Amino acid sequence: MRYIDLHAHMISRTTDDYHKMALTGCVAVTEPAFWSGRDRLGAQAFADYFDHITTFEPARAAQYGVAHYAWLCLNPKEGEDRELARQVLALIPEFLSRPTVLGIGEIGLNRVTRNELATFLDHVELALEHDQMIHIHTPHLEDKYKGTRVIVETLAKDGRIDPARVMVDHAEEHTVEMILDHGFWTGFTLYPRTKASPARAVDMIEMYGPERLCVASACDWGPSDALAVPEFVLEMRRRGHDEALIYRVVLHNPASFLGQSPKFVRPDAPRERVAAD
Amino acid sequence: MATHAGTCPLSQTRLLDDSFMEHRAQVLAVAAFLDRLDRSRDQDAGGDFRLTALREALHVLTESEGGRVGRVQMLLSDRDVRLLEERDRQNALGASGRAHDLQDGGEG
Ligand SMILES: [Zn+2]
Repeated sequence: MRYIDLHAHMISRTTDDYHKMALTGCVAVTEPAFWSGRDRLGAQAFADYFDHITTFEPARAAQYGVAHYAWLCLNPKEGEDRELARQVLALIPEFLSRPTVLGIGEIGLNRVTRNELATFLDHVELALEHDQMIHIHTPHLEDKYKGTRVIVETLAKDGRIDPARVMVDHAEEHTVEMILDHGFWTGFTLYPRTKASPARAVDMIEMYGPERLCVASACDWGPSDALAVPEFVLEMRRRGHDEALIYRVVLHNPASFLGQSPKFVRPDAPRERVAAD
Repeated sequence: MATHAGTCPLSQTRLLDDSFMEHRAQVLAVAAFLDRLDRSRDQDAGGDFRLTALREALHVLTESEGGRVGRVQMLLSDRDVRLLEERDRQNALGASGRAHDLQDGGEG
């Protein structure tokens, strides 16, 4: 089954992972900018990071026939530092014109503080100013519910935001409805412990249907699985779901969302799109 | 919370055939973890918010009404949606010490 992994931090994975992802049908990945596991030493480190995920990673992915795209931002874990945010926000525009940059992300909240929200809103302004799509990280664990509520309610009040161009990611059982009800896209990120498992993601698709829903591995430097999307495909088959529904969730939906950027080359043929809609 | 009756295409027997062993193991793991806590040399976590949340979650599992996973998620969430004035720490802990002081819907 061909699939798109819409959320994969390939900078922290080995080339073997590209190989395995390609072998299991991955045709494209999108890499949101995120926290490296430690705070970076200064804004220049972000320029280097943005350069890395817009040059080295697309080239590494291309060796395996995988298209690689990126989203740029200062991540929520470092968003508390307003001065750093100001400096990184000033760096981003020069990278936005690179051929594989799809938008601003993964922006969002971490501990849901005043400064984090201010940094989040600065990024939203930047996205609006440059007509960019937005990819949003919702907080971890006990902070997810309140962080998702603050994000969704803040954006819903802003008439300039088209929710169809916004992905509110890392949804779980207690946040998926509020995200979908406001017209946003959402994603289930498939983690061994801290987010949604493949089985729980299938449960939510059974309950809410496939509309505006995607799944991704969100593989990074922590416990995570670069082959989480094929694991999801296997779980869908074990549950008795047909290939058309699986195709819709792992290829057609992410292609429809990402295809709103003129830079994204859809891997699904026009004929397949009509059949899946 | 809606129970979404009939949305899983597999029969209950088939679900048990496929997944009973996996969930049997998970129940035993939780039981053994609780016993281990009891046997611990230092009984120092009586008021720990994580243990409190875990014990409350176990009650939800025995309820007959569907939507248990959503209720457990909320028990493990900070339901106070007010912004923090300043960041206190960078990482999340999996349960909230603040959540248990609040009534549902009582956030400001
Ligand atoms: Zn991420």
